[in-house]
Amino acid sequence: MTTAARTGRVDRAGLAMLSPAVVILLIWSIVPLVMTLWYSFRNYNLVDPTLHGFAGIDNYRYLLTDPDFITSLINTLVLVAGVLFVSVGIGTLLAVLYDQEFFGRGIARVLVISPFFVMPTVAALVWKNLMLHPIYGVYSSMMRAVGLTPVDWLQQFPMATVMMIVAWEWLPFSVLILLTAVQSLDSEQKEAARMDGAGPVARFRYIIVPHLARAITVVIMIETIYLLTIFAEISVTTAGGPGVASTNLAFLIYARALLQFDVGGASAGGMAAIVIANIVAVFLVRAVARNLEV
Amino acid sequence: MATVELRDIRKTYLKDEIIKGVSLTIEDREFVVFVGPSGCGKSTLLRMIAGLEDITAGDLLIDGRRVNDVEPAKRGLAMVFQSYALYPHMDVYKNMEFGLKLAGMPASERSAKIRDVARILQLEPYLHHKPGQLSGGQRQRVAIGRAIVRNPKVFLFDEPLSNLDAALRGQMRVELATLHRRLNATTIYVTHDQVEAMTMADKIVVLQGGVVEQVGSPLELYHHPRNLFVAKFIGSPPMNFIPVVVETSSTESVTVRLPDETFLDVPVDGSNTPAGTALTLGIRPEHVALDEPGLAGQVEIVERLGAATLFHIRLRDGQLLVAQSDGAADHPLDSGVSVGLPPRHCHLFGADGLALAAHARHPLLA
Amino acid sequence: MAIKRPKSHTFAIGLLGWAIACWVFFPIAWMALTSFKTEVDAIATPPQFIFRPSLASYHEVFARANYWHFTLNTVAISLGATIVALALSVPAAYAMAFIPSQRTRGTLLWMLSTRMLPPVGVLVPIYLLARNTHLLDTLTGLGIVDMLTNLPIIVWMLFTFFREVPAPILEAGRMDGASRWQEMTLVLLPLALPGIASTALLSIILCWNESFWSLNLTSSQAAPLAAFIASFSSPEGLFFGKLSAASTLAVAPILVFGWFSQKQLVRGLTFGAVK
Ligand SMILES: Nc1ncnc2c1ncn2[C@@H]1O[C@H](COP(=O)(O)OP(=O)(O)OP(=O)(O)O)[C@@H](O)[C@H]1O
Ligand SMILES: [Mg+2]
Repeated sequence: MTTAARTGRVDRAGLAMLSPAVVILLIWSIVPLVMTLWYSFRNYNLVDPTLHGFAGIDNYRYLLTDPDFITSLINTLVLVAGVLFVSVGIGTLLAVLYDQEFFGRGIARVLVISPFFVMPTVAALVWKNLMLHPIYGVYSSMMRAVGLTPVDWLQQFPMATVMMIVAWEWLPFSVLILLTAVQSLDSEQKEAARMDGAGPVARFRYIIVPHLARAITVVIMIETIYLLTIFAEISVTTAGGPGVASTNLAFLIYARALLQFDVGGASAGGMAAIVIANIVAVFLVRAVARNLEV
Repeated sequence: MATVELRDIRKTYLKDEIIKGVSLTIEDREFVVFVGPSGCGKSTLLRMIAGLEDITAGDLLIDGRRVNDVEPAKRGLAMVFQSYALYPHMDVYKNMEFGLKLAGMPASERSAKIRDVARILQLEPYLHHKPGQLSGGQRQRVAIGRAIVRNPKVFLFDEPLSNLDAALRGQMRVELATLHRRLNATTIYVTHDQVEAMTMADKIVVLQGGVVEQVGSPLELYHHPRNLFVAKFIGSPPMNFIPVVVETSSTESVTVRLPDETFLDVPVDGSNTPAGTALTLGIRPEHVALDEPGLAGQVEIVERLGAATLFHIRLRDGQLLVAQSDGAADHPLDSGVSVGLPPRHCHLFGADGLALAAHARHPLLA
Repeated sequence: MAIKRPKSHTFAIGLLGWAIACWVFFPIAWMALTSFKTEVDAIATPPQFIFRPSLASYHEVFARANYWHFTLNTVAISLGATIVALALSVPAAYAMAFIPSQRTRGTLLWMLSTRMLPPVGVLVPIYLLARNTHLLDTLTGLGIVDMLTNLPIIVWMLFTFFREVPAPILEAGRMDGASRWQEMTLVLLPLALPGIASTALLSIILCWNESFWSLNLTSSQAAPLAAFIASFSSPEGLFFGKLSAASTLAVAPILVFGWFSQKQLVRGLTFGAVK
């Protein structure tokens, strides 16, 4: 009996301490939501005041029949899934790698986690210009050096390149968490498995991966929150293009609202984003509740 | 000066009733021990007295005043936790000072008091050590010191010695007993250590499943257990139990048929147990008489404890009986023995588990 | 301790570890390197590793934009948002960790789910609300939004830290006569200080790097470094040197801060997933 010690009737002090945070979050989550919902049924264009009044479901009809919407929806999901896959998969392997003893391990670890501290706009700019620029980029030079023709990555493979940049930003986060988790694995357990004749692969598969389940849950949850709303990277590198090839939902709504000034349409898109986020949230929150005994 | 009275105290977590109506009176200066198997509600009961848990129903009175809704610190109690619960970021002095400071006691008075208590508990050299730098026994003493400085009317202890090794536990037990005599404060002490309960208590409360099974002095419980549960729970090695059937009964005595078809006349009130009733006969190992006429069996295991020897004897009907004898007793393994069951030491328990009333009280309890 | 293995293995693992580390870090290193090149050196092909260092790009960046203005804005927003968020979440996390009720778990999960509300979904109303309350392009406005976006994560982190504090220690405080407030400030906070510190660190880093609201809710007056850097990315011709210098200036403070607080930060980042 530890934390559950004072259960019982409603504790007024507890309520008083909890309520400021709860109330403020309630307002924060409900007011804009209701407003978005309201605008999504209105004709509302910031540059065209003649257009106003009730729009019914027009905004939604335009949105749902807009092929750009479907593309951006798919892009959003591909982005989330792809980056999660990379950061959890490679992150686990790297966590095991940086758990090994080797010369200068501490410094190598610091280098690996550094991208986590780099703001998205900078990450995107550096990759777009210094690394991948078809003429001046370091990678292009390297390709020329080995006799290949440089590729304009962001034009030819916009989604894959954006995903690569985002994965570079988020991989460190998962390495950081998974490494801590691997280190907490008690070495006696690893040795016992070794005594039982488990090879490195079996040890990884049956000892390390199950031990990481909780940590992986955290990685997936936190990263999903951020990946669903990736914006700066796209805005800086491709501006959603070419066409809408690398437009995700966040960028589409942004383009509607702030580039076309169509508040009604943008709000309908916002509602779609909220619905999708909630669907994902339901699954995530379930997983968290199960895995983290909150 | 403090009495504690529990009137039909109940505790419900969500839907489970954990404490099912406990009534108890604790006299001033009494040392009361709660014992019982794990999960029976000892800690819960203690924490309700402390004010750390709400009381679902019933009344708690301290010095005749109902304190159900009084803050823990205002009940005039001090508690020593099993994990010590010292403030890790404060040194020993500050740990003891915390409560006094919150109560607004002037600094000079605080200092005098803490030094006084530190002297009693031999903590003077450690006053400026953090808990992390102390041994288990020293931490325990700090926890006790923190309770004592506040001059409480009632001390509450929740298994205070269970984190110590056996030797230290023995030493602290004596220290606590000495301290109790010296402070003369009402004390409620939770343990599941038999020896602690038997040696320290003025009164033992045996709990099971949130219900009080018996309240009494240690010897009362030992010699006159009210029911089968208490008989099993108190005493180590535990009491032997043998199924028997009533042959004839009267208010004076009950004659029972043992498994080997012999008869035994036990001096207890048999007015409610007609012939043919199945009973359980209980006898403590030290009362089983080796080499006296009685049940026949074979020595299966011999445990030599030095001062005493335990013989595990397999009876003819396959049941195992433990007999305790002095350290010099000698019965080789597998040898045949006969064990006598002296009637005045036999207890009889009905199907409901209740003991049939004995006619003779134990001499120390008379 | 560690399982013994042949020397050659250790060497191979070391090589791999360093190779990956260098590859991952390379863009950052290259950015810093390029910032010390002249514009001509910066676009030389093949790229130059050895060159004459120049501060020309930095001079130009400082001449063109008021770096300190952006940095001070960022510091003010990050610290302000973090302090207010902590002030709100410490009591909330305390209540959830030590005065749990049947609703605690649901409340915590609900808080987390509010974090999943996509900012872009509510961009328009927040923008309009900010405009109507004159909070657009103000430190207060962006600070409030940053604080609110981080609040759920901060509550969750604090909750996991608080739960590690043994309840009997707080109960001892109550027995000693501490009020709820004293129990929290005199007993819990000193014990949970390392956890609170790592929570604060994470919050500062998240605020520092927040881009979406920074770009959309500020223009000049309250613009943080995320906006500063955006102003160097406009396609008016590529100036790699200036771009790198500005990027380095925007990233360096938080990167160094992150390196030094790494150990502390990791404790917090695990969100109780590591026992
Ligand atoms: N906060 C709680 N919520 C629900 N049930 C609880 C809670 N605290 C205790 N219980 C239950 O109440 C019962 C009594 O617990 P308690 O801690 O009082 O037992 P105990 O006699 O002290 O046991 P032990 O000897 O193991 O310390 C147990 O069955 C336990 O599961
Ligand atoms: Mg207990």
